[in-house]
Amino acid sequence: MDIRLDVIQDYMPYFLQGMGLTIGLSLIGILMGSVMGLFIALGKMTRFKIIQFPFIWYINFFRGTPLFVQILLIHFGVMPFFMSPVNPIASAIVSLSLNAAAYIAEIFRAGIQSIDRGQMEAARSLGMSHVQAMRYVILPQAVKRMIPPLGNEFIVLLKDSSLAAVIAAPELMYWGRAASGATFRVWEPYLTVALIYLVLTLSLTYLLNYVERKLATE
Amino acid sequence: MIQVENLKKSFGSLEVLKDISVKIKPQEVVVVIGPSGSGKSTFLRCINKLETFEQGHIYIDGVDIADKKTNINKIREDVGMVFQQFNLFPHKTVIENIMLSPMKVRKWPEDRARQKGMELLSKVGLEDKADVYPDSLSGGQKQRVAIARALAMEPKVMLFDEPTSALDPEMVGEVLGVMKQLAKEGMTMVVVTHEMGFAREVGDRVIFMDGGYIVEENKPKELFGNPRHERTKAFLSKIL
Repeated sequence: MDIRLDVIQDYMPYFLQGMGLTIGLSLIGILMGSVMGLFIALGKMTRFKIIQFPFIWYINFFRGTPLFVQILLIHFGVMPFFMSPVNPIASAIVSLSLNAAAYIAEIFRAGIQSIDRGQMEAARSLGMSHVQAMRYVILPQAVKRMIPPLGNEFIVLLKDSSLAAVIAAPELMYWGRAASGATFRVWEPYLTVALIYLVLTLSLTYLLNYVERKLATE
Repeated sequence: MIQVENLKKSFGSLEVLKDISVKIKPQEVVVVIGPSGSGKSTFLRCINKLETFEQGHIYIDGVDIADKKTNINKIREDVGMVFQQFNLFPHKTVIENIMLSPMKVRKWPEDRARQKGMELLSKVGLEDKADVYPDSLSGGQKQRVAIARALAMEPKVMLFDEPTSALDPEMVGEVLGVMKQLAKEGMTMVVVTHEMGFAREVGDRVIFMDGGYIVEENKPKELFGNPRHERTKAFLSKIL
């Protein structure tokens, strides 16, 4: 088997460009997902069954169906209502954010419920409202515990963003397929793409370990 | 100050409070004793509505907390509580623990809250611990901070839920000392405890609860020296 380094060389600028979008997609996904996730988690934790219902089913749907299917549904089904022609990057952002929100909601819920009940009672006994107790006492502690699973979700999201290639959002995997299709080569483009994903996820892992250690010593 | 009328409370099908009525006057120190499962902690937690109850009324300064229109947060500002497990906020320093509620609930400016906090810390003998996190304190120190935190709201009543039960024996004294001081200053207190020495020495009145009822209440000297009910006698003979 011969390796054609010139293929890698020719396509490297595109791979790097795709890597930029991959990072961008997962960053926006985790941020939007966190904002929506907190909202969904709080919605699911209300005492009122009727309010809980839509949030529970939001999570059921986005966790219970493949992201691949969600991307196709959103790109070809939902987005045409909002823009024409549909921008695949916008579709990818929407799909990844909505999907991540479901997982992050569960991370938030687990984090909040892991805080001892006595913390809420102490805060309430001091005259704080439920919202104040959440904001000043429960959430700051819960967020600390949510960093490891949130980092995990970030890594999953980074890899899953490769599914956006199917709607031609020009992220890393899209350029991998393009390079393979144009040159009829398999190993060079796909191995390079795999290697770039690996570098990204490992860097993230190290970064997260660092943050965790930092928080642990505080 | 506090008036409890025909209070009833159930957990599912288990009735834990079966018709409790009691009056607590300003500056009075009432000690509640009884075997575990007698409902004494639940009774205490009903007073600031950490537990909801199905029947009866509790009036705090004339305001009925059973009334749905009553803003319970407003009532709790004036009713301090100290827990068995301390429940300090671990992500905040000692002084921040104390300042949080006065600043967020009472809307005090920071310097006023800090000044009040330092005053209270020196009162409980911990002014040198202001800037450490609760993790590094002993149990007795944690509980003294918890008392200071409750006092920072300048409550009219203090509720103590077995404040020394989670402490190592050598630390019980320092916490009881602070409580004794508080009683001497005229704080209205309701104390659920197993510390009979404290009940005898500091209590104006002792309530003995068993099986969800108030079996007997009297001045400590009377109740300990001359219990009238069989169940009180049986309980006291086991623990004294």
